[in-house]
Amino acid sequence: MIDDFPQFLVSALYIVRGTGWTAALILGAMSLGLLVGMPLAALQVYGPKPLRAPLAAYVWFFRGVPILVLLYLVYFGLFTYAQGPFEGFSWARSAFSPFSASLVALGLTSGAYQSQIFRGAILSLPEGQYRAAMALGFTRFGAVTRIVLPQAARLSIPAWSNEYSILLKDSAIAYVLGTSEIMNRARSIAFLSNRILTFFLLAGILYLLLTWLGVRALRALERRLAIPGLGQGEA
Amino acid sequence: MAGPMARGAPDGAPLLEVRGISKSMGGKLLLDDVSLSLSRGELKVLIGPSGGGKSTLLQCVHFLTIPDKGDVLLDGESAREMGKRNICLFRQEIGMIFQDFNLFDHLTARDNVAVALRRVKRLRKAEAHGRALAELERVGLGDKAGLYPAQLSGGQKQRVSIARALAMDPKVMLLDEPTSALDPELIGEVLNVIQSLYEGGMTMLMVTHQVGFARHITKEILFMEDGRITERGSPEDLLAEGSLSRAGAFCSKLSEVTGR
Ligand SMILES: Nc1ncnc2c1ncn2[C@@H]1O[C@H](COP(=O)(O)OP(=O)(O)OP(=O)(O)O)[C@@H](O)[C@H]1O
Ligand SMILES: [Mg+2]
Repeated sequence: MIDDFPQFLVSALYIVRGTGWTAALILGAMSLGLLVGMPLAALQVYGPKPLRAPLAAYVWFFRGVPILVLLYLVYFGLFTYAQGPFEGFSWARSAFSPFSASLVALGLTSGAYQSQIFRGAILSLPEGQYRAAMALGFTRFGAVTRIVLPQAARLSIPAWSNEYSILLKDSAIAYVLGTSEIMNRARSIAFLSNRILTFFLLAGILYLLLTWLGVRALRALERRLAIPGLGQGEA
Repeated sequence: MAGPMARGAPDGAPLLEVRGISKSMGGKLLLDDVSLSLSRGELKVLIGPSGGGKSTLLQCVHFLTIPDKGDVLLDGESAREMGKRNICLFRQEIGMIFQDFNLFDHLTARDNVAVALRRVKRLRKAEAHGRALAELERVGLGDKAGLYPAQLSGGQKQRVSIARALAMDPKVMLLDEPTSALDPELIGEVLNVIQSLYEGGMTMLMVTHQVGFARHITKEILFMEDGRITERGSPEDLLAEGSLSRAGAFCSKLSEVTGR
Protein backbone atom coordinates (compact mmCIF):
# COMPACT_ATOMS: atom_id res chain seq x y z
CA MET A 1 0.00 0.00 0.00
CA ILE A 2 2.68 2.50 0.98
CA ASP A 3 5.34 1.91 -1.57
CA ASP A 4 6.56 5.34 -2.46
CA PHE A 5 9.05 7.06 -0.25
CA PRO A 6 7.11 10.26 0.58
CA GLN A 7 4.23 8.23 1.86
CA PHE A 8 6.59 6.09 3.92
CA LEU A 9 8.01 9.27 5.42
CA VAL A 10 4.58 10.59 6.31
CA SER A 11 3.70 7.32 8.04
CA ALA A 12 6.97 7.19 9.91
CA LEU A 13 6.56 10.79 11.05
CA TYR A 14 3.07 9.98 12.25
CA ILE A 15 4.53 7.30 14.51
CA VAL A 16 7.39 9.52 15.60
CA ARG A 17 4.91 12.17 16.66
CA GLY A 18 3.40 9.59 19.00
CA THR A 19 6.60 9.99 21.00
CA GLY A 20 5.29 13.27 22.33
CA TRP A 21 2.16 11.55 23.65
CA THR A 22 4.13 8.70 25.17
CA ALA A 23 6.51 11.17 26.80
CA ALA A 24 3.61 13.25 28.11
CA LEU A 25 1.93 10.09 29.38
CA ILE A 26 4.89 8.81 31.35
CA LEU A 27 5.95 12.23 32.60
CA GLY A 28 2.41 12.71 33.85
CA ALA A 29 2.25 9.22 35.33
CA MET A 30 5.67 9.57 36.98
CA SER A 31 4.60 12.89 38.49
CA LEU A 32 1.30 11.52 39.70
CA GLY A 33 3.20 8.54 41.07
CA LEU A 34 5.58 10.87 42.88
CA LEU A 35 2.71 12.88 44.28
CA VAL A 36 1.09 9.69 45.56
CA GLY A 37 4.21 7.70 46.43
CA MET A 38 6.14 10.26 48.44
CA PRO A 39 3.44 11.01 51.05
CA LEU A 40 2.48 7.33 51.06
CA ALA A 41 6.00 6.34 52.01
CA ALA A 42 6.39 9.11 54.59
CA LEU A 43 3.06 8.18 56.17
CA GLN A 44 3.92 4.50 56.23
CA VAL A 45 7.07 5.21 58.22
CA TYR A 46 6.18 8.29 60.27
CA GLY A 47 2.41 8.53 60.05
CA PRO A 48 -0.19 7.58 62.61
CA LYS A 49 -0.43 3.81 63.15
CA PRO A 50 -4.12 3.42 62.14
CA LEU A 51 -3.25 4.75 58.66
CA ARG A 52 -0.66 2.10 57.99
CA ALA A 53 -2.99 -0.78 57.12
CA PRO A 54 -5.02 1.17 54.52
CA LEU A 55 -1.82 2.48 52.96
CA ALA A 56 -0.37 -1.00 52.76
CA ALA A 57 -3.64 -2.13 51.16
CA TYR A 58 -3.26 0.52 48.47
CA VAL A 59 0.22 -0.71 47.62
CA TRP A 60 -0.94 -4.30 47.71
CA PHE A 61 -3.84 -3.60 45.34
CA PHE A 62 -1.92 -1.67 42.71
CA ARG A 63 1.04 -4.03 42.76
CA GLY A 64 -1.22 -7.02 42.40
CA VAL A 65 -3.63 -6.01 39.62
CA PRO A 66 -2.38 -6.07 35.99
CA ILE A 67 -2.09 -2.71 34.23
CA LEU A 68 -4.48 -3.91 31.55
CA VAL A 69 -7.21 -4.56 34.11
CA LEU A 70 -6.57 -1.19 35.73
CA LEU A 71 -6.81 0.60 32.40
CA TYR A 72 -10.25 -0.89 31.84
CA LEU A 73 -11.29 -0.26 35.42
CA VAL A 74 -10.35 3.40 35.23
CA TYR A 75 -11.62 4.14 31.74
CA PHE A 76 -14.82 2.10 31.56
CA GLY A 77 -15.49 2.03 35.29
CA LEU A 78 -14.35 5.08 37.18
CA PHE A 79 -14.48 7.54 34.29
CA THR A 80 -17.89 6.47 33.07
CA TYR A 81 -19.44 7.23 36.44
CA ALA A 82 -17.36 10.32 37.12
CA GLN A 83 -18.23 11.75 33.72
CA GLY A 84 -21.98 11.47 34.24
CA PRO A 85 -22.60 14.80 35.96
CA PHE A 86 -20.42 16.70 33.45
CA GLU A 87 -22.08 15.37 30.30
CA GLY A 88 -22.28 18.12 27.72
CA PHE A 89 -19.46 20.28 29.10
CA SER A 90 -16.91 20.78 26.36
CA TRP A 91 -13.93 20.08 28.61
CA ALA A 92 -15.35 16.78 29.85
CA ARG A 93 -14.39 14.93 26.68
CA SER A 94 -10.67 15.68 27.01
CA ALA A 95 -10.70 15.41 30.79
CA PHE A 96 -12.14 11.89 30.65
CA SER A 97 -10.20 10.87 27.56
CA PRO A 98 -8.35 7.57 27.07
CA PHE A 99 -5.16 9.56 27.58
CA SER A 100 -6.17 10.74 31.06
CA ALA A 101 -7.44 7.28 31.95
CA SER A 102 -4.06 5.81 30.98
CA LEU A 103 -2.29 8.52 32.93
CA VAL A 104 -4.36 7.83 36.02
CA ALA A 105 -4.00 4.04 35.84
CA LEU A 106 -0.25 4.17 35.21
CA GLY A 107 0.24 6.97 37.74
CA LEU A 108 -1.60 5.24 40.57
CA THR A 109 0.30 2.03 39.89
CA SER A 110 3.59 3.87 39.77
CA GLY A 111 2.62 5.56 43.04
CA ALA A 112 2.47 2.15 44.70
CA TYR A 113 5.90 1.19 43.36
CA GLN A 114 7.41 4.59 44.07
CA SER A 115 6.15 4.47 47.63
CA GLN A 116 8.14 1.27 48.06
CA ILE A 117 11.22 2.95 46.64
CA PHE A 118 10.91 5.96 48.96
CA ARG A 119 10.05 3.81 51.92
CA GLY A 120 13.24 1.83 51.45
CA ALA A 121 15.22 5.06 51.10
CA ILE A 122 13.66 6.56 54.23
CA LEU A 123 14.39 3.44 56.24
CA SER A 124 17.99 3.39 55.05
CA LEU A 125 18.63 6.89 56.42
CA PRO A 126 20.15 7.08 59.88
CA GLU A 127 17.09 7.82 62.03
CA GLY A 128 19.16 10.01 64.36
CA GLN A 129 18.69 12.89 61.94
CA TYR A 130 14.94 12.74 62.42
CA ARG A 131 15.42 12.73 66.16
CA ALA A 132 17.86 15.64 65.95
CA ALA A 133 15.27 17.62 63.99
CA MET A 134 12.59 16.84 66.57
CA ALA A 135 15.02 17.91 69.29
CA LEU A 136 15.40 21.27 67.57
CA GLY A 137 11.66 21.82 67.77
CA PHE A 138 10.61 20.71 64.29
CA THR A 139 7.13 19.28 63.99
CA ARG A 140 6.90 15.73 62.65
CA PHE A 141 5.78 17.17 59.33
CA GLY A 142 8.67 19.64 59.25
CA ALA A 143 11.24 17.00 60.16
CA VAL A 144 9.97 14.66 57.46
CA THR A 145 9.64 17.25 54.69
CA ARG A 146 12.78 19.27 55.43
CA ILE A 147 15.21 16.65 56.63
CA VAL A 148 14.09 13.13 55.74
CA LEU A 149 12.51 13.49 52.30
CA PRO A 150 15.21 15.61 50.62
CA GLN A 151 17.72 12.90 51.46
CA ALA A 152 15.39 10.00 50.67
CA ALA A 153 14.64 11.55 47.28
CA ARG A 154 18.35 11.68 46.44
CA LEU A 155 18.81 8.07 47.43
CA SER A 156 15.81 7.09 45.34
CA ILE A 157 17.06 8.38 42.00
CA PRO A 158 18.72 5.15 40.81
CA ALA A 159 15.62 3.09 41.62
CA TRP A 160 13.52 5.84 40.17
CA SER A 161 15.34 5.55 36.88
CA ASN A 162 14.51 1.86 36.91
CA GLU A 163 10.86 2.68 37.59
CA TYR A 164 10.95 5.12 34.69
CA SER A 165 12.00 2.51 32.17
CA ILE A 166 9.47 -0.03 33.46
CA LEU A 167 6.70 2.56 33.29
CA LEU A 168 7.77 3.56 29.81
CA LYS A 169 7.42 0.00 28.60
CA ASP A 170 4.13 -0.49 30.46
CA SER A 171 2.78 2.63 28.78
CA ALA A 172 2.61 0.74 25.47
CA ILE A 173 -0.41 -1.15 26.79
CA ALA A 174 -2.33 2.14 26.84
CA TYR A 175 -2.96 1.56 23.12
CA VAL A 176 -5.90 -0.67 24.04
CA LEU A 177 -7.89 2.40 25.12
CA GLY A 178 -7.00 4.19 21.89
CA THR A 179 -4.50 6.54 23.48
CA SER A 180 -2.62 8.04 20.60
CA GLU A 181 0.88 7.07 21.69
CA ILE A 182 3.73 5.26 19.90
CA MET A 183 2.38 1.72 20.11
CA ASN A 184 -1.11 2.65 18.96
CA ARG A 185 0.20 4.56 15.97
CA ALA A 186 2.75 1.90 15.05
CA ARG A 187 0.06 -0.77 15.18
CA SER A 188 -2.38 0.97 12.91
CA ILE A 189 0.25 1.98 10.37
CA ALA A 190 1.99 -1.39 10.45
CA PHE A 191 -1.13 -3.41 9.77
CA LEU A 192 -2.50 -0.94 7.22
CA SER A 193 0.73 -0.87 5.27
CA ASN A 194 1.65 -4.47 5.80
CA ARG A 195 5.19 -3.36 6.63
CA ILE A 196 4.92 -4.81 10.07
CA LEU A 197 8.58 -5.36 10.76
CA THR A 198 9.64 -1.87 9.66
CA PHE A 199 7.15 0.07 11.70
CA PHE A 200 7.36 -2.01 14.86
CA LEU A 201 11.12 -1.73 14.63
CA LEU A 202 10.68 2.02 14.44
CA ALA A 203 8.45 1.89 17.52
CA GLY A 204 11.08 -0.18 19.34
CA ILE A 205 13.76 2.34 18.46
CA LEU A 206 11.62 5.20 19.73
CA TYR A 207 11.10 3.41 23.06
CA LEU A 208 14.83 2.73 23.30
CA LEU A 209 15.53 6.38 22.60
CA LEU A 210 13.12 7.52 25.31
CA THR A 211 14.61 5.05 27.79
CA TRP A 212 18.11 6.23 26.99
CA LEU A 213 17.17 9.91 27.29
CA GLY A 214 15.32 9.46 30.57
CA VAL A 215 17.99 7.36 32.20
CA ARG A 216 20.66 9.85 31.13
CA ALA A 217 18.64 12.79 32.45
CA LEU A 218 18.14 11.07 35.79
CA ARG A 219 21.81 10.21 36.03
CA ALA A 220 22.65 13.86 35.40
CA LEU A 221 20.16 14.84 38.08
CA GLU A 222 21.72 12.37 40.49
CA ARG A 223 25.16 13.85 39.91
CA ARG A 224 23.83 17.37 40.26
CA LEU A 225 22.17 16.64 43.58
CA ALA A 226 24.98 14.49 44.98
CA ILE A 227 26.02 15.57 48.46
CA PRO A 228 29.70 16.55 48.49
CA GLY A 229 31.82 14.06 50.36
CA LEU A 230 29.15 11.36 50.32
CA GLY A 231 29.02 8.38 47.97
CA GLN A 232 30.42 8.53 44.45
CA GLY A 233 29.38 12.14 43.80
CA GLU A 234 32.00 14.76 43.05
CA ALA A 235 34.03 15.15 46.22
CA MET B 1 20.41 33.92 78.30
CA ALA B 2 21.75 33.48 81.82
CA GLY B 3 24.91 35.47 82.52
CA PRO B 4 27.75 34.07 84.63
CA MET B 5 26.42 36.11 87.53
CA ALA B 6 23.33 33.97 87.66
CA ARG B 7 25.21 30.79 88.46
CA GLY B 8 23.88 29.07 91.52
CA ALA B 9 21.83 32.13 92.36
CA PRO B 10 19.77 31.13 95.37
CA ASP B 11 16.54 32.33 93.75
CA GLY B 12 14.64 29.28 94.90
CA ALA B 13 13.17 27.43 91.96
CA PRO B 14 15.56 25.36 89.84
CA LEU B 15 15.72 26.06 86.10
CA LEU B 16 15.13 22.43 85.18
CA GLU B 17 13.27 20.04 87.37
CA VAL B 18 12.75 16.38 86.56
CA ARG B 19 10.03 14.92 88.74
CA GLY B 20 9.66 11.21 89.21
CA ILE B 21 10.06 10.03 85.63
CA SER B 22 9.36 6.38 84.81
CA LYS B 23 9.48 4.76 81.43
CA SER B 24 8.95 1.21 80.23
CA MET B 25 9.67 -0.02 76.73
CA GLY B 26 9.23 -3.48 75.37
CA GLY B 27 7.96 -4.66 78.73
CA LYS B 28 11.15 -3.55 80.47
CA LEU B 29 11.32 -0.81 83.09
CA LEU B 30 14.06 1.46 81.75
CA LEU B 31 13.58 4.41 84.08
CA ASP B 32 12.30 3.98 87.59
CA ASP B 33 11.12 7.15 89.31
CA VAL B 34 14.04 9.37 88.40
CA SER B 35 14.21 12.90 89.79
CA LEU B 36 16.86 15.58 89.51
CA SER B 37 17.14 19.31 89.21
CA LEU B 38 19.51 21.87 87.75
CA SER B 39 19.79 25.47 88.86
CA ARG B 40 20.70 28.19 86.43
CA GLY B 41 24.29 27.87 85.23
CA GLU B 42 24.79 24.50 86.86
CA LEU B 43 26.38 21.50 85.13
CA LYS B 44 25.68 18.01 86.38
CA VAL B 45 27.36 14.89 85.13
CA LEU B 46 25.55 11.61 84.66
CA ILE B 47 27.65 8.47 84.67
CA GLY B 48 26.93 4.79 84.86
CA PRO B 49 27.28 1.45 83.13
CA SER B 50 26.03 0.83 79.61
CA GLY B 51 22.32 0.07 79.43
CA GLY B 52 21.68 1.90 82.70
CA GLY B 53 19.18 4.24 81.07
CA LYS B 54 21.19 7.46 80.68
CA SER B 55 20.23 8.06 77.07
CA THR B 56 16.65 7.12 77.78
CA LEU B 57 16.61 9.64 80.62
CA LEU B 58 17.87 12.48 78.39
CA GLN B 59 15.29 11.60 75.74
CA CYS B 60 12.57 11.73 78.37
CA VAL B 61 13.81 15.01 79.85
CA HIS B 62 13.51 16.41 76.34
CA PHE B 63 10.11 14.77 75.85
CA LEU B 64 11.45 13.25 72.64
CA THR B 65 10.27 10.11 74.32
CA ILE B 66 7.19 10.72 76.41
CA PRO B 67 7.69 9.30 79.90
CA ASP B 68 4.96 7.05 81.27
CA LYS B 69 4.96 8.83 84.59
CA GLY B 70 6.39 12.04 85.96
CA ASP B 71 6.96 15.48 84.53
CA VAL B 72 9.68 17.89 83.51
CA LEU B 73 9.52 21.55 84.46
CA LEU B 74 11.58 24.11 82.61
CA ASP B 75 11.58 27.51 84.25
CA GLY B 76 8.41 26.44 86.01
CA GLU B 77 6.67 25.35 82.79
CA SER B 78 5.40 21.81 82.79
CA ALA B 79 6.09 19.71 79.70
CA ARG B 80 3.00 17.61 80.44
CA GLU B 81 0.74 20.62 80.42
CA MET B 82 2.07 21.87 77.10
CA GLY B 83 0.16 19.15 75.32
CA LYS B 84 0.93 17.59 71.98
CA ARG B 85 0.67 20.82 70.04
CA ASN B 86 3.03 22.94 72.08
CA ILE B 87 5.59 20.31 72.98
CA CYS B 88 7.65 21.55 70.01
CA LEU B 89 8.00 24.89 71.82
CA PHE B 90 9.23 23.09 74.92
CA ARG B 91 11.77 21.15 72.87
CA GLN B 92 13.12 24.32 71.26
CA GLU B 93 14.19 25.51 74.69
CA ILE B 94 16.31 22.45 75.38
CA GLY B 95 19.38 21.78 73.27
CA MET B 96 20.39 18.19 72.66
CA ILE B 97 23.81 16.92 71.69
CA PHE B 98 24.09 13.33 70.51
CA GLN B 99 26.97 10.90 70.64
CA ASP B 100 26.96 10.44 66.85
CA PHE B 101 26.28 14.11 66.02
CA ASN B 102 23.23 13.48 63.84
CA LEU B 103 24.07 16.33 61.50
CA PHE B 104 21.84 16.73 58.47
CA ASP B 105 23.95 15.17 55.73
CA HIS B 106 22.41 17.09 52.86
CA LEU B 107 23.08 20.53 54.32
CA THR B 108 26.27 22.56 54.70
CA ALA B 109 27.55 23.38 58.17
CA ARG B 110 25.91 26.79 57.88
CA ASP B 111 22.58 25.36 56.80
CA ASN B 112 22.69 22.69 59.50
CA VAL B 113 22.65 25.57 61.95
CA ALA B 114 20.31 27.79 59.95
CA VAL B 115 17.60 25.30 58.99
CA ALA B 116 15.81 25.29 62.33
CA LEU B 117 16.18 29.06 62.65
CA ARG B 118 14.34 29.40 59.36
CA ARG B 119 11.81 26.59 59.56
CA VAL B 120 11.13 26.49 63.29
CA LYS B 121 11.86 30.04 64.46
CA ARG B 122 10.78 31.47 61.10
CA LEU B 123 13.67 33.91 60.79
CA ARG B 124 14.36 35.47 57.42
CA LYS B 125 17.03 33.82 55.31
CA ALA B 126 19.65 36.56 55.71
CA GLU B 127 19.07 36.77 59.44
CA ALA B 128 19.26 32.99 59.89
CA HIS B 129 22.45 32.78 57.87
CA GLY B 130 24.03 35.60 59.85
CA ARG B 131 23.14 33.96 63.12
CA ALA B 132 24.40 30.58 61.87
CA LEU B 133 27.76 32.05 60.93
CA ALA B 134 28.04 33.74 64.31
CA GLU B 135 27.38 30.44 66.09
CA LEU B 136 29.93 28.64 63.92
CA GLU B 137 32.49 31.34 64.80
CA ARG B 138 31.71 30.76 68.44
CA VAL B 139 32.73 27.10 68.17
CA GLY B 140 35.75 28.00 66.04
CA LEU B 141 34.36 26.86 62.69
CA GLY B 142 33.73 30.15 60.91
CA ASP B 143 35.87 28.99 57.99
CA LYS B 144 34.01 25.67 57.56
CA ALA B 145 30.54 27.10 56.97
CA GLY B 146 30.39 25.93 53.36
CA LEU B 147 31.44 22.33 53.97
CA TYR B 148 29.10 19.35 54.22
CA PRO B 149 29.16 16.97 57.21
CA ALA B 150 30.92 14.28 55.18
CA GLN B 151 33.77 16.74 54.66
CA LEU B 152 34.30 17.45 58.37
CA SER B 153 36.22 15.60 61.06
CA GLY B 154 34.35 14.07 63.98
CA GLY B 155 35.36 16.87 66.31
CA GLN B 156 34.24 19.47 63.81
CA LYS B 157 30.92 17.68 63.31
CA GLN B 158 30.26 17.69 67.02
CA ARG B 159 31.10 21.38 67.23
CA VAL B 160 28.66 22.09 64.37
CA SER B 161 26.00 20.18 66.26
CA ILE B 162 26.72 22.30 69.34
CA ALA B 163 26.44 25.47 67.23
CA ARG B 164 23.15 24.14 65.83
CA ALA B 165 21.76 23.67 69.33
CA LEU B 166 23.05 27.02 70.59
CA ALA B 167 21.46 28.91 67.73
CA MET B 168 18.04 28.09 69.17
CA ASP B 169 18.92 29.94 72.40
CA PRO B 170 18.21 26.94 74.61
CA LYS B 171 17.83 27.43 78.34
CA VAL B 172 19.37 24.04 79.03
CA MET B 173 21.64 21.71 77.10
CA LEU B 174 21.57 17.94 77.36
CA LEU B 175 24.74 16.23 76.18
CA ASP B 176 24.74 12.49 75.59
CA GLU B 177 28.33 11.25 75.51
CA PRO B 178 29.40 14.07 73.20
CA THR B 179 32.96 12.81 72.87
CA SER B 180 32.69 9.04 72.93
CA ALA B 181 32.50 8.65 69.16
CA LEU B 182 35.63 10.77 68.68
CA ASP B 183 39.23 9.81 68.13
CA PRO B 184 41.23 10.62 71.27
CA GLU B 185 43.06 13.55 69.69
CA LEU B 186 39.74 15.24 68.82
CA ILE B 187 38.13 15.00 72.25
CA GLY B 188 39.91 18.07 73.59
CA GLU B 189 38.48 20.51 71.06
CA VAL B 190 34.92 19.49 71.93
CA LEU B 191 35.52 19.52 75.69
CA ASN B 192 36.99 23.01 75.33
CA VAL B 193 33.80 24.25 73.70
CA ILE B 194 31.73 22.67 76.48
CA GLN B 195 33.99 24.24 79.08
CA SER B 196 33.57 27.69 77.55
CA LEU B 197 29.80 27.22 77.40
CA TYR B 198 29.82 26.39 81.08
CA GLU B 199 31.89 29.45 81.81
CA GLY B 200 29.37 31.48 79.82
CA GLY B 201 26.65 30.35 82.24
CA MET B 202 24.93 27.60 80.24
CA THR B 203 22.96 25.08 82.28
CA MET B 204 23.89 21.55 81.29
CA LEU B 205 23.25 17.89 82.01
CA MET B 206 26.01 15.79 80.53
CA VAL B 207 26.48 12.08 80.16
CA THR B 208 30.18 11.40 79.85
CA HIS B 209 32.83 8.86 80.61
CA GLN B 210 35.55 11.52 80.63
CA VAL B 211 36.16 11.15 84.35
CA GLY B 212 38.98 13.71 84.44
CA PHE B 213 36.83 16.35 82.77
CA ALA B 214 33.84 15.53 84.95
CA ARG B 215 35.93 15.74 88.08
CA HIS B 216 37.13 19.27 87.43
CA ILE B 217 34.00 20.76 85.88
CA THR B 218 31.09 19.54 87.98
CA LYS B 219 30.03 19.93 91.56
CA GLU B 220 27.64 17.01 91.43
CA ILE B 221 27.86 13.61 89.82
CA LEU B 222 24.78 11.43 89.39
CA PHE B 223 25.44 7.71 89.11
CA MET B 224 22.82 5.81 87.21
CA GLU B 225 22.28 2.08 87.12
CA ASP B 226 19.30 -0.11 86.17
CA GLY B 227 17.10 2.90 85.47
CA ARG B 228 17.68 4.62 88.82
CA ILE B 229 20.00 7.26 90.14
CA THR B 230 21.63 5.29 92.92
CA GLU B 231 24.27 7.73 94.05
CA ARG B 232 24.76 11.47 93.91
CA GLY B 233 27.45 13.67 95.31
CA SER B 234 30.50 15.79 94.65
CA PRO B 235 33.37 14.26 92.67
CA GLU B 236 35.50 14.51 95.81
CA ASP B 237 33.06 12.38 97.79
CA LEU B 238 32.18 9.84 95.15
CA LEU B 239 35.47 9.44 93.36
CA ALA B 240 37.95 9.86 96.21
CA GLU B 241 40.79 7.37 96.44
CA GLY B 242 39.46 4.44 98.47
CA SER B 243 35.85 5.57 98.27
CA LEU B 244 33.38 2.73 98.66
CA SER B 245 30.86 4.18 96.20
CA ARG B 246 29.73 2.25 93.13
CA ALA B 247 30.48 5.37 91.12
CA GLY B 248 34.04 5.37 92.42
CA ALA B 249 34.55 1.73 91.52
CA PHE B 250 33.00 2.31 88.08
CA CYS B 251 35.23 5.29 87.35
CA SER B 252 38.43 3.67 88.49
CA LYS B 253 37.63 0.77 86.19
CA LEU B 254 37.07 3.27 83.38
CA SER B 255 40.38 4.95 84.11
CA GLU B 256 42.13 1.60 83.98
CA VAL B 257 40.75 1.05 80.51
CA THR B 258 41.26 4.53 79.10
CA GLY B 259 44.24 5.60 81.16
CA ARG B 260 42.54 8.85 82.04
N1 LIG C 1 12.97 1.11 72.26
C1 LIG C 1 13.42 0.30 73.23
N2 LIG C 1 12.73 -0.82 73.56
C2 LIG C 1 13.17 -1.65 74.52
N3 LIG C 1 14.31 -1.46 75.20
C3 LIG C 1 15.05 -0.37 74.92
C4 LIG C 1 14.65 0.57 73.92
N4 LIG C 1 15.57 1.53 73.86
C5 LIG C 1 16.50 1.22 74.77
N5 LIG C 1 16.21 0.07 75.41
C6 LIG C 1 16.97 -0.57 76.50
O1 LIG C 1 17.02 0.36 77.53
C7 LIG C 1 18.15 0.18 78.31
C8 LIG C 1 18.76 1.52 78.58
O2 LIG C 1 19.26 2.05 77.40
P1 LIG C 1 20.03 3.43 77.35
O3 LIG C 1 20.45 3.63 75.94
O4 LIG C 1 19.19 4.48 77.95
O5 LIG C 1 21.30 3.16 78.26
P2 LIG C 1 22.59 4.05 78.43
O6 LIG C 1 22.77 4.21 79.88
O7 LIG C 1 22.49 5.27 77.62
O8 LIG C 1 23.73 3.10 77.85
P3 LIG C 1 25.04 3.49 77.04
O9 LIG C 1 26.06 3.90 78.04
O10 LIG C 1 25.40 2.21 76.36
O11 LIG C 1 24.68 4.56 76.08
C9 LIG C 1 19.03 -0.78 77.54
O12 LIG C 1 18.97 -2.03 78.18
C10 LIG C 1 18.40 -0.84 76.17
O13 LIG C 1 18.57 -2.12 75.62
MG1 LIG D 1 23.52 6.01 75.92
